[in-house]
Amino acid sequence: MKKLIVAASCALAMAAGTVQAKDWKEIRLAFDVPYEPFEYRDENGELTGFEVELAEAMCEELKAECEFVIQAWDGMIPGLLARKYDAIFSSMSITEERAERVLFSEPYYITPGGWFARDGFSADVTSKEEMEGKVIGVQRGTTMDTHATEEFGGIATIKRYTTAEDMVLDLEGQRLDVVFVDYPVGEQTILSQEGFKEVGKPVKLGQGVAVAMRKRDKDLANKVNAALKKLKNDGTYDAIMQKYFNYDIKI
Amino acid sequence: MPDFIAQWLDQNEIFTAMTIMEYWNGLVNTVQLVFLSLVIGLVFAIPLAILRTSKNPLVSGPVWLYTYLFRGTPLLIQLYIIYYGIAQIPGIQETFWWEIFREPFYPALLAFALNTCAYTTEIIRGAIVSTPAGEIEAAKAYGMNWWLRMRRIVLPSAARRAVQAYSNEVIFMLHSSAIASVVTIVDLTGAARNIYSRFYAPFDAFIFVALLYMALTFILVFAFRKLENHLLRHQRPVGS
Repeated sequence: MKKLIVAASCALAMAAGTVQAKDWKEIRLAFDVPYEPFEYRDENGELTGFEVELAEAMCEELKAECEFVIQAWDGMIPGLLARKYDAIFSSMSITEERAERVLFSEPYYITPGGWFARDGFSADVTSKEEMEGKVIGVQRGTTMDTHATEEFGGIATIKRYTTAEDMVLDLEGQRLDVVFVDYPVGEQTILSQEGFKEVGKPVKLGQGVAVAMRKRDKDLANKVNAALKKLKNDGTYDAIMQKYFNYDIKI
Repeated sequence: MPDFIAQWLDQNEIFTAMTIMEYWNGLVNTVQLVFLSLVIGLVFAIPLAILRTSKNPLVSGPVWLYTYLFRGTPLLIQLYIIYYGIAQIPGIQETFWWEIFREPFYPALLAFALNTCAYTTEIIRGAIVSTPAGEIEAAKAYGMNWWLRMRRIVLPSAARRAVQAYSNEVIFMLHSSAIASVVTIVDLTGAARNIYSRFYAPFDAFIFVALLYMALTFILVFAFRKLENHLLRHQRPVGS
């Protein structure tokens, strides 16, 4: 009898879970805070940022009650699989490794790579001839690394760094002629100083950042994709983007 | 070549001719860096060790301070300070020194040589200090002056006592050189890190490089065993 009760309550709990999950009137979204300007707390302690506002707009579009969950980055995917929340809305780039464990929506932003150099630099960063013999700094394993290696491997010297700070120090110290780095990082750490400039145009690389969900929640992914598409087309997305960025991250 | 190795080489995507070349270049860089820093370190360590045993504190004091500083701080910090510190000196980019220190190899060589020199100085000093007093008295009784005594009695016998500890220092230096990759030198570890990040294959990339380090260590151990046998042959039982 006892066993039966346990079994019955388990079945009931599972059924209840399924029912709750199916209509998606309540969605729990996870953020890793702070990651400015994507998600952070303002002076009043309110959660805000590009992704937070986009998530709010998306929930409105879906007519769903959204609960925001704060989760540290290293437990992000395990927490999703353990059903602590239903979706990750926290600047997660699409990679093949992650795609094996989670279901990605269509990408909703992509940060371009930017070329930055000291003021005296004059070569054209798209020309193989002009870049010959130059020393390029990249962060190891990034999409910028792959791009620079494909374009200029064997033509220019490519130096790979573990952290952006080390790379910026070597650009200041004139060991590097030019660096190719995530645009927001370059904007914050290099352009904020005297004597540096952006060269060439930002380059969009990789597959972008998307909402990550459990593999079985295909119905939620469809809803999220539809809502994001609508926001991108009706101008809501652009309005939010222009609040936080002075360059284009739309994909 | 056994079949299963040939088969595995055919199947894997990581160990292509290109990555093998990257490992090879890494091996060349590691061996160059470690060998040169050990030679420079040893050449300077012998006179410094003699100065360090001086009874005059004005002579031994500075050497003590040097070994204390370089043994008292991590090699990684020393490398960072030298590599990034040099680039911060105002105006260095306009002098000929920049031709040398622009490349990461020479700052790393400087850091490694200074570090191993400090340790080797202390190893040799210990060996010199532990020279039996009787040997020195006998040398004095023969009328040998300080220089002759040092050259014929103290240093040869100190070398025999130092060689085992020094072989450890050499192996430690080889393994410490793995940090050269943080200043963009593509040594063995740097090559492994590049390949790891390109293929997302940490095990393949790092186990292969670990085997290469082990092979290098084995060569060093073997060479030092030969050297010890040579230096300590008088201690072997007669007739063996």
